[in-house]
Amino acid sequence: MFDDRSPIYRQIADRIKADVLSGALEADQQVMSTNQYAAFYRINPATAAKAFQQLVDEDVLYKRRGIGMFVSPTARDALRARGRETFFGQVVDPMVAEARSIGVPLTDVIKRIEQLEDGR
Amino acid sequence: MKVDVQNLVVRHGDVTAVDDLSFSLAENKVYGLLGRNGAGKSSLMSVLAAFRRPTSGTVLVDGEPVFENRRATSRICLVQHGVDPADKGDRLKDALSLAAALRENWDAEYAERLMELFGLPHGTKLGQLSLGQRSAFGVVVGLASRAPLTMFDESHIGMDTPTRYAFYDALLSDFMTSPRTVVLSTHLIEELASLLEEVVIIDSGRLVLHEETEAVRSRGTSVTGPIGAVDRFVEGLTVLNQKQLGPTKSAMVYGALDQAHHATARTEGLDLGPVPLQDLFVHLTEPAGEPR
Repeated sequence: MFDDRSPIYRQIADRIKADVLSGALEADQQVMSTNQYAAFYRINPATAAKAFQQLVDEDVLYKRRGIGMFVSPTARDALRARGRETFFGQVVDPMVAEARSIGVPLTDVIKRIEQLEDGR
Repeated sequence: MKVDVQNLVVRHGDVTAVDDLSFSLAENKVYGLLGRNGAGKSSLMSVLAAFRRPTSGTVLVDGEPVFENRRATSRICLVQHGVDPADKGDRLKDALSLAAALRENWDAEYAERLMELFGLPHGTKLGQLSLGQRSAFGVVVGLASRAPLTMFDESHIGMDTPTRYAFYDALLSDFMTSPRTVVLSTHLIEELASLLEEVVIIDSGRLVLHEETEAVRSRGTSVTGPIGAVDRFVEGLTVLNQKQLGPTKSAMVYGALDQAHHATARTEGLDLGPVPLQDLFVHLTEPAGEPR
């Protein structure tokens, strides 16, 4: 279930962030409980709670006492803005490095991007 | 249930099984008790369950000494993997009645559901069970005890994989509805790691470490790349293990890495990866004098 490359709680948090970005989780929608996450992934509930705490600290989720966790109305925009900040460093630069190391000319890469853009 | 162990020593004749051990367990957490064979796990748990008297030192549960304390022991359940030869003729239903009489929080209805889950026949005698069934029966007794301190000493050792998974699921869901302090000793570390909030590692009767599982895990890193670059990278770090394959070297380091390490790894083209808890355990309990 997990790739073991980062702590489980961070992977759960990333999964929820991806769902918020894709729109699978909408603003003010309730997310599954800590216990449901723990049972689903077969992990200690304290680990699942840690993921939720991280998301509350990052303002992705907010807590309604006695009811549960909900998606912050500002979460999607904030995550999109954060994603834009790191996009070139984390996505484009490694792609360019990979293209160089296997000998794909950057002009081909640009051509491909333009094709994809036109295809929309 | 809270557990406080102070300077505990357990000797069997000339052999010191537990050697000046001190640690505390908090209420309502799942602990892994890890150690090599002969590390003292079973001796330690026997003392925690008041099956035997400590040679010296103290064991307090919720602030009270545990030995010969009926009130405390009715709230503690230790499941071991063997069957006492004296009990071999008992039928499972009688063993369940006995367990019910001993534990104040026993849940008979839950015990029935678990007997069904693991397909255990009530009329069979303990001595006639297969290894897998015996393990499953131990698990039924441990879970249904709902004891504020429930300990499983390798009790799932004889189960096949699907049955172990059924045990993990049952343990987890019961822990969430009826929180309690659970101690699991196991050699199947990787399989159980994600269920453990904290791990206690002992070796030769002494404490090696007691920490959150995620914290222990985050401290291990494997570094892989060209030999020279790996050697420069690990300088000043605790290296648990290293191996070479042609021009490539892989080293397992223990300790938190800082930003500078990550930057170096990127510029030197080194791969940083996680280390399974099981591998960390193996190297943290390596006998002195052997290569680290």
